[in-house]
Amino acid sequence: MTDHEQPSIDPSATTEPLDEGSTLFRDITGVGLDWRSALLVPVLAILTALVVSTVIIALTDLDALRMWGSDPAAAFDETWDTIFAAYKALFQGSFGSIRAISETLVGATPLILAGLSVAIGFRAGLFNIGTEGQMLVGGMCAILVGISFSAPLFIHLPLALLAGALGGAVWGGIPGLLRARTGAHEVITTIMLNFIALRLVDYFLKTSLFQAEGRDDPVSQTVATSARFPRLLGFLDRSDVRVTFGILFALAVAYGIYWLLYKSTIGYEFRAVGYNPDGAQYAGMNVAWLYVGVMAVAGAMGGLAGSDQILSVLHRGTPGFSAGLGFDAIALALLGRSHPAGVVAAGILFGALRSGGQQMQVATDLSIDLILVIQALIVIFIAAPALIRAIYRVKTGKSTEQLTRGWAA
Amino acid sequence: MELELRGITKRFPGVLANDSVDLTVRSGEILSLLGENGAGKTTLMNILYGLYSADEGSILIDGEEQHFEGPGDAIAAGIGMVHQHFMLVPVFTVTENVILGVEPTTGPGVLSMAEAKREVEEISTRYGLKVDPDAIVENIPVGVQQRVEIIKVLFREADVLVFDEPTAVLTPQEVEEFFGILRGLRDAGKAVIFITHKLREVLEISDRINVLRRGRVVGEADPATATSSQLAEMMVGRPVDLVVEKSDAIPGQPVLRVEDLVIVDERDHPAVRAVSFEVKAGEIVGIAGVQGNGQTELVEALTGMRTVLGGRVMLGADDVTDYSPRGMHRSGVAHVPEDRQRRGLVMSYTVAENLVLDSYYAEPFSRGVIMDWDAVDDNADTLVEQYDIRTPSVHVPTSNLSGGNQQKVIVAREFSRNVKLIIAAQPTRGLDVGSIEYIHERIVQQRDEGAAVLIVSTELDEVMALSDRLLVMYEGAIVAELDPKQVTNAEIGVYMAGGRS
Repeated sequence: MTDHEQPSIDPSATTEPLDEGSTLFRDITGVGLDWRSALLVPVLAILTALVVSTVIIALTDLDALRMWGSDPAAAFDETWDTIFAAYKALFQGSFGSIRAISETLVGATPLILAGLSVAIGFRAGLFNIGTEGQMLVGGMCAILVGISFSAPLFIHLPLALLAGALGGAVWGGIPGLLRARTGAHEVITTIMLNFIALRLVDYFLKTSLFQAEGRDDPVSQTVATSARFPRLLGFLDRSDVRVTFGILFALAVAYGIYWLLYKSTIGYEFRAVGYNPDGAQYAGMNVAWLYVGVMAVAGAMGGLAGSDQILSVLHRGTPGFSAGLGFDAIALALLGRSHPAGVVAAGILFGALRSGGQQMQVATDLSIDLILVIQALIVIFIAAPALIRAIYRVKTGKSTEQLTRGWAA
Repeated sequence: MELELRGITKRFPGVLANDSVDLTVRSGEILSLLGENGAGKTTLMNILYGLYSADEGSILIDGEEQHFEGPGDAIAAGIGMVHQHFMLVPVFTVTENVILGVEPTTGPGVLSMAEAKREVEEISTRYGLKVDPDAIVENIPVGVQQRVEIIKVLFREADVLVFDEPTAVLTPQEVEEFFGILRGLRDAGKAVIFITHKLREVLEISDRINVLRRGRVVGEADPATATSSQLAEMMVGRPVDLVVEKSDAIPGQPVLRVEDLVIVDERDHPAVRAVSFEVKAGEIVGIAGVQGNGQTELVEALTGMRTVLGGRVMLGADDVTDYSPRGMHRSGVAHVPEDRQRRGLVMSYTVAENLVLDSYYAEPFSRGVIMDWDAVDDNADTLVEQYDIRTPSVHVPTSNLSGGNQQKVIVAREFSRNVKLIIAAQPTRGLDVGSIEYIHERIVQQRDEGAAVLIVSTELDEVMALSDRLLVMYEGAIVAELDPKQVTNAEIGVYMAGGRS
């Protein structure tokens, strides 16, 4: 080719995506979007969800609704007060005091780890819906280490975490293996393994291996102090500031996952499989084993999330101690655009909503379920990017991958 | 009737796809629209068909301005399109496919298949299309499927028929039959627009030729007087060498020896039946054949992506049968895959990332599991320069590049290391003339440096021009070995269709 030709852009590449299905996947999971597009939809989704929630709050104030007929001005004031009080409580309960911030971070810690579990799957083109089960299995493994012996903290805690990660990795690796060997879709298998994990926990909690002495109900023994995450602000000597070193651990793990995805050959392979398994096979990667590897790492993250629940907050196992966090994690990974930095930000947001929601429930008549509504709305708007684009008349731009080099860049 | 496109302009972000294009076609003539990939032919036709709306300009039928909101309006106005990729339901019969969307009924919801069938038969005979209305589409050859598409268009009473690269999927014999059909349509008073980038076909079939380059009509030519090289020059914008410049091959030792190779496809049907051949250092062996005669499976087996049922693959003195893709890669095999976007590239990866797609796991691009992105970038800067890859930066996603430059990324990656054997499938499919020339030059250069080269292509002109030796594949077997200097396209065509001369 000679010099007369400009760097040409193929019109078909810029205007017509190759494959509608994969475009939708990119739009929803954020995988393969440049960072501006990746940020735009979540921010607008949160904004829209808050607007809709405000309307819902207004509609729940029955006194005000009755007054609209007789005295609209007073009704407006009343409605306004309700909305203001709700958001004030939400903010104060999440960031308004050391205790509030602590509670936000307590909630955020397992969510970040669980969110990473889902996000890694998305990055590699897999839908890990099994984080809930991986949390349970990992958490049980951590409990086992935590109750079986005592050792110095710097040995006991890492061992408990390792056990949790391994348990989760095995539980996550099973669907990976099934996918690799038989083609069984991981969405189905991970969901089924959630049920199995849930019932296994019920069973094991009643065995002598786990059950607390003198109890008939399924409650485990309490893990040794040496296996627990120490309080982060223990020097304050306040029992209501519960945040532990778990949050620092979660941030470190998030960075580790970022490093794995973008700085290592393993992440290069994970992402290649996620974008184009045929291309990965051509490049000499072992696609089947990569599926197992991805699911094992995702499972390990789930296992760590479950372990943190135990080692930071609960200190013992009860039926369903994962409390649905593994499902919230799917929403969270979507909001965080499947990027570790995004997952951290989304985890803190969800932690804040959770913590603030409790304050809101106490301070106003509003149910904490409103928080679930807000979360659900956020996810709906993210899962329907076309809706957001239509509402705000924005283009989310071309789907391109610019997330590869910098932390959050 | 007369169809006129007047001053059609269409912009896409960063691209002027059509730049005030004027074009007229009348009943009873075949107008060829000649241009390279990316010249704007398909965009123009999508505007005509109502799929895009033009930013400027108008469409007139018999002087009356038309406003097409979608294909429905275009069809109603008498415009029919036969797409490059057929839009047929494989498990439906010919008749069912034809009436899809315009089903004739005798009452609400009551299909009138008998009437539909009669009409399909009537159209089929009138235009000499020879199609069995009851045949299941997936059981009939590609050439006949194309006729089903034509019947679909005629069933909807089209007066203007647009064919987008219709010959790409046909054998030379089928192309001749297809041209017969086109002439029949013209003589029956239809207006035909024939979109292609193949010069020879344009000269054979057209009544008039319009050449499109970079979204603009750059000229009109008379097929009676124009020559291939004139048309090529109009199409590309500069004189073009239509033949590949190369000296005679000096074959050395055999590099690749394939012995009695047997391969089955996904459905366990035999795809390659006991094929044997060899490729020597310093020669280019071409495999010609109509798509779907086992070439894809053969290439996949030779590059480690498909296991074989029997036979051996020898690379030098080593038995490399059923090596993994990475094993083949390490043994010195370079592979330019048939489907570059699906296999050869990860489109969302940057140019730099794609340039190490099959070598990322070793030094200098990584140590242990740690990627060395600086080394990856350095490699990319070097190759972009060396292989003239036109990209604003090595950090843009490869999907932003034109097809020609995407292919150069693959060629750069595969040719830039020490290779003993190059296996290239459809190395220039869908590329512009400039890129084709460039890639051909590089392949010949590799040969001259002593590599053994195996080219598999369904473009007969390409294998003829490149090969030192030519094999023809038909139904999984090699049916002929020919000297490309001493055979004609027609002779090869006979072998490609399974006949013997």
